[in-house]
Amino acid sequence: MAKPDANKKESEIAIEVLQMNKWYGEFHVLKNINLTVKRGERIVICGPSGSGKSTMIRCMNRLEEHQQGHIYVDGIELTNDLKNIDAIRREVGMVFQHFNLFPHLTVLENCTLAPIWVRKTPKREAEEIAMKYLERVKIPEQALKYPGQLSGGQQQRVAIARSLCMNPRIMLFDEPTSALDPEMISEVLDTMIDLASTGMTMLCVTHEMGFARKVADRVIFMDGGEIIEENKPEEFFTNPQSERTKLFLSQILGH
Amino acid sequence: MSDAKSYEPGHHPSLPPPKNLVGWQRWVWDNLFGTVTNTILTLLSIYLLYLILPGILDYFIFDAVVNASSRAECAELGSGACWAFIGDRFSVFIYGFYPDELRWRPNLTFILLILALIPVLYDNTPFRKYGLYFSLAFPIIAAILMVGGVFGLEQVDTRLFGGVLLTIVIGVTGITFSLPLGIILALGRYSNLPAIKVVCTVFIEFIRGVPLITLLFVASTMLSYFLPPGTNFDLLLRVLIMVTLFASAYMAEVIRGGLQSLPKGQFEAADAMGLKYWQTMRLIILPQALKISIPGIVNTFIGLYKDTTLVIVIGMLDVLGVAKSAVSDPVWNGLSVEIYVFVAAFFFVCCFGMSRYSMYLENKLHTGHKR
Repeated sequence: MAKPDANKKESEIAIEVLQMNKWYGEFHVLKNINLTVKRGERIVICGPSGSGKSTMIRCMNRLEEHQQGHIYVDGIELTNDLKNIDAIRREVGMVFQHFNLFPHLTVLENCTLAPIWVRKTPKREAEEIAMKYLERVKIPEQALKYPGQLSGGQQQRVAIARSLCMNPRIMLFDEPTSALDPEMISEVLDTMIDLASTGMTMLCVTHEMGFARKVADRVIFMDGGEIIEENKPEEFFTNPQSERTKLFLSQILGH
Repeated sequence: MSDAKSYEPGHHPSLPPPKNLVGWQRWVWDNLFGTVTNTILTLLSIYLLYLILPGILDYFIFDAVVNASSRAECAELGSGACWAFIGDRFSVFIYGFYPDELRWRPNLTFILLILALIPVLYDNTPFRKYGLYFSLAFPIIAAILMVGGVFGLEQVDTRLFGGVLLTIVIGVTGITFSLPLGIILALGRYSNLPAIKVVCTVFIEFIRGVPLITLLFVASTMLSYFLPPGTNFDLLLRVLIMVTLFASAYMAEVIRGGLQSLPKGQFEAADAMGLKYWQTMRLIILPQALKISIPGIVNTFIGLYKDTTLVIVIGMLDVLGVAKSAVSDPVWNGLSVEIYVFVAAFFFVCCFGMSRYSMYLENKLHTGHKR
């Protein structure tokens, strides 16, 4: 791979997935995925459960391994090379359905852990950064509490702040509101909308169609391990192309 | 309730709880006399205590003899327990056959042991960091002090170790070294690398599948067949190694249970942040897994501590061994109750202490509600 080419790629393309395939044993979970994400682009991925959407974004920071094809993140190819994986994980933040905060550490410690140990940021500085992002997600007053003492919505906002503390260039969201009580969904979505306004590259697996309409540049619909359809949100919702998309939309918007 | 006030919907204030009984009266009511069955059982228990307690107190305290020089003299002075026997044997109980004039060395080691334990057990100890360095160096300091042979300290044959001293040496060594070794074995068995996994699994299964007594026999007799001729390392050292290995296999399984109880998300979150394997283990996984495993770990410690009595089968005299030999002393013949009560009390105090500490630790590490 020629250097200048790679640099050029880095400047405009955040993630590139080429003919990627993945199997769980005999089961073909991801089939010939091709996807290019431009820097600053906000993409919402939806589809029925078991369609492979979570698996796909988990491949982008190597929580899952793909068996065929290529994935370039930030111009670096994801291979078995641990150096590449570490380099990519430093630049890619991830927010999980079940928050996955560390229950034995305070909110502040959760936020400063990776900057201190991965980026080698001095503790004082890491804490300042952490407080800045905790203010951003509007819970600076909870900094010294433990995750177990917070509500689900607050925990998810801490998880977002924790990812932001690493100053990532790309953020992955894996169903960030699916485990929340209804009245807490909007506080998390507001945080994500706020984040989108900063120009962060975001890939978001979600069923929050209101969120998709508001912030997404593109909506991707997956089913059976394939990307069935991708379009601008307005087009996607008003004029879906495939039968499967129509069925899915009628199911989730029907009532 | 008839006198309950009614409030406008949305205006109900928070009220104090009903004041029936509070404090100790409440406790007595709840636990002793709450129901008819409870009342009957309470009265029955009080009656039983009334029957038993005077006899026990008489035997162990009021009719007991503290100063006497033989069993016969004891029998003349009182009808209760003959504690004079314990007093007579006390120094053997504590030091075994450690030379009289050198007993300041085990005494000093014991004081240093306490000092080494404080920073490990309590994280608010002042100057804890330096204290921990001392704790880390303590095993070497202790070995030098106890055995000697260097720095002008007279060498003491480890065959002279006995009684409480021997029990504490084996117990503390086993406990200290089995925990880190158990952690490494557990991580090895939990690892994705096949070679490491197989080695750790085979080791754990082999050690767990064999009784400790067998391992002690191996240590005392068979090992000399395997080792090159001329090498003859200390029997006590061999026993310490065997006891440590034995406990570490159990420890590994207890800790593996803790590892397995952690949700996969914890590993994934750490991975996604770019933490390396050892960072993940040290900062995220082990603190949680060890906390979950505290009851099991302390259980293993207590089991190990009591298992030290098995060294009697290879001719070492720990507390129980000294007790057994004391029972057959002709001057004090037949005083087995006193001696075994004494040994039981010694073990109970040690084990109960460990148990209480583990409860303190569990409370301290509790951080809010679990998800």
